[in-house]
Amino acid sequence: MSVADITPALSVQGLTVSYGQKPAVFDVSAAFRPRAMTAIIGPNGAGKSTMLKAALGVVPRLSGEVRVFGQPLSEARARIAYVPQRASVDWDFPTNVRDVVLMGLYRKVGLLGRITGAHRRLADECLARVGIEGFAGRQIGQLSGGQQQRVFLARALAQEADLYLLDEPFAGVDAATERAIIEVLKGLKAEGKAVVAVHHDLSTVGAYFDDVLLLNVRRIAAGPVEAAFTAESLQATYGGRLAGAHIDQLGLRSA
Amino acid sequence: MSPVLEALLLQAGYNAALVAIGAALLGFAAGAAGSFLFLRKRALVSDALAHATLPGIALAFMIMVALGGEGRALAGLMAGAAVSAALGLLAVEWLASRTRLPEDAAIGAVLSSLFGLGVVLLTVIQTMERGRQAGLESFLLGSTAGMLRVDAVVIGLGGAAAVLAVWLLRRPMTLVAFDPGFAAASGLSVRRTDLAMMAIVLLVTVTGLKLVGLILIVALLIIPAVTARFWTERAGGVMWIAAGIGGVSGYVGAAISASAPALPTGPIIVLVATGLFAASLLLAPARGVAAAVVRQRRFQRRVHLRQGLLALGKGEPIHDALSLRLLRAEGLIRADRVATQAGREAAEEVARDERRWAVARQVHQDGGLTGRYDGLTPITEVFAPDQVAAFDREMS
Repeated sequence: MSVADITPALSVQGLTVSYGQKPAVFDVSAAFRPRAMTAIIGPNGAGKSTMLKAALGVVPRLSGEVRVFGQPLSEARARIAYVPQRASVDWDFPTNVRDVVLMGLYRKVGLLGRITGAHRRLADECLARVGIEGFAGRQIGQLSGGQQQRVFLARALAQEADLYLLDEPFAGVDAATERAIIEVLKGLKAEGKAVVAVHHDLSTVGAYFDDVLLLNVRRIAAGPVEAAFTAESLQATYGGRLAGAHIDQLGLRSA
Repeated sequence: MSPVLEALLLQAGYNAALVAIGAALLGFAAGAAGSFLFLRKRALVSDALAHATLPGIALAFMIMVALGGEGRALAGLMAGAAVSAALGLLAVEWLASRTRLPEDAAIGAVLSSLFGLGVVLLTVIQTMERGRQAGLESFLLGSTAGMLRVDAVVIGLGGAAAVLAVWLLRRPMTLVAFDPGFAAASGLSVRRTDLAMMAIVLLVTVTGLKLVGLILIVALLIIPAVTARFWTERAGGVMWIAAGIGGVSGYVGAAISASAPALPTGPIIVLVATGLFAASLLLAPARGVAAAVVRQRRFQRRVHLRQGLLALGKGEPIHDALSLRLLRAEGLIRADRVATQAGREAAEEVARDERRWAVARQVHQDGGLTGRYDGLTPITEVFAPDQVAAFDREMS
């Protein structure tokens, strides 16, 4: 089966996002496969997070179209889970770990629905999947960076979605957390879900991901890691910021 | 019976009872609504909103007089206040989102401009034939003289509507306050949720104008929420505790002001709330100042105990008097400073913890960890089991 035969989990067409009059993302088109993990990589300020947020409607698009499993975004919200950057929230907010995970259920529960024991059990299961079930009652300000990231992932799991969008899930986390997160993500992929993550560690792209999208405001390259993650495309994405020696260390095949 | 007690038991006359009940309802509503302003870190917007009511009140009075009316109808004045406050709010929002002005500067600009306009209009009204008796200045600091049953009913209804709206919208408002990005990605409109929150605050402000006045209503929105934060680590807790503190402040404040002539109600209510705030600041169990002092003392003892155990583990002599006293009190050493069985086990445990922490410090370089690392908390309380296992692998 070729890639074109499957409905992409997420597709963007001609996406442009601009803060003021400087495009952060310009005319990007890309499709992300279900049952696969895709990394979005590029230098700082390349528009990786912005692209993710625009695909979700968190920041407004200047132009372009987004489809989720072939449907417009507004009709497919329930199939998307989002893990924002850990640093984007105030961790002194008065709430505990389980309450944060329950926020993933607000859409299902609605304004007036009661949070029941079944919801709490689901939240605790999600915490167990990321390995911090013992932390449910803890105030979120007491968590380490890696644990905060796991809480955010557990909240996304509680959304029971088909498409998982993660913004720098491995930024500033310890090795054990990174392993726990990648295990969960691989489990999601095995269940047939699509995983798209903004990623910054070039050395783990090959080990963790199936596909890659190289972005620097514009789309530089995209496709399976073995085809698109080449020394040439990295050079084109990062320019002089990536020393040749670093690329050599990645042991990439030269096209 | 003392006058205050009489007022507290609603025995100080009809008017005083009405005021006390009205103030309690208003305080409850303001506390609940204000808690989300505080959680969203937009407390100051309510100040701009309250000051922006003044030109609306004055203009509503002028219009009603021009139409041949008395000009003092409360409903009309409240409507005018609501319209100009809403315009002020939109002006702040527009300035903050469409220009490079930060929100605090926008608040300062709009607040002072509209308040200035309001004061000028009040002065104009003073020169009007009917204006002198209007007593519009009482909206600045509130007034309870001549409060009618209908006024209390208006406050009750407005307050009840505000509390109901806060309760209905508590989930979206909590989500937007904690994580607006996630809220937007879930399909929740952050802008509309914020506007709904401000509309509730507007309702409370307009409801409270007559009683507390526009300058002090902000205190009733914010002080209960920051006071509540001392007592709870849950957003829902902040909301209900703030409502309770607001209600008690309103009731007690009104009773105190009714106990003596010429005690202004609004300011007394605010001072009662401030008193509760000060008491919480000092005495709250986890976040209070007294608790911090106790924690600091306990921390010092833990430091000494740990240092003593580490020395014990290494077989070094202990000289520190406090360490010795603590070890002795815990039954970890004998009078001749030799470790007991329990002491040897505790020393071993601490030594292992210390080795794990040494690894943890190398593995975790991020800020999230350093804040939690006090070198004393057993590592198994700080890290998940798989993280601790990783440290052990690293050690071997």
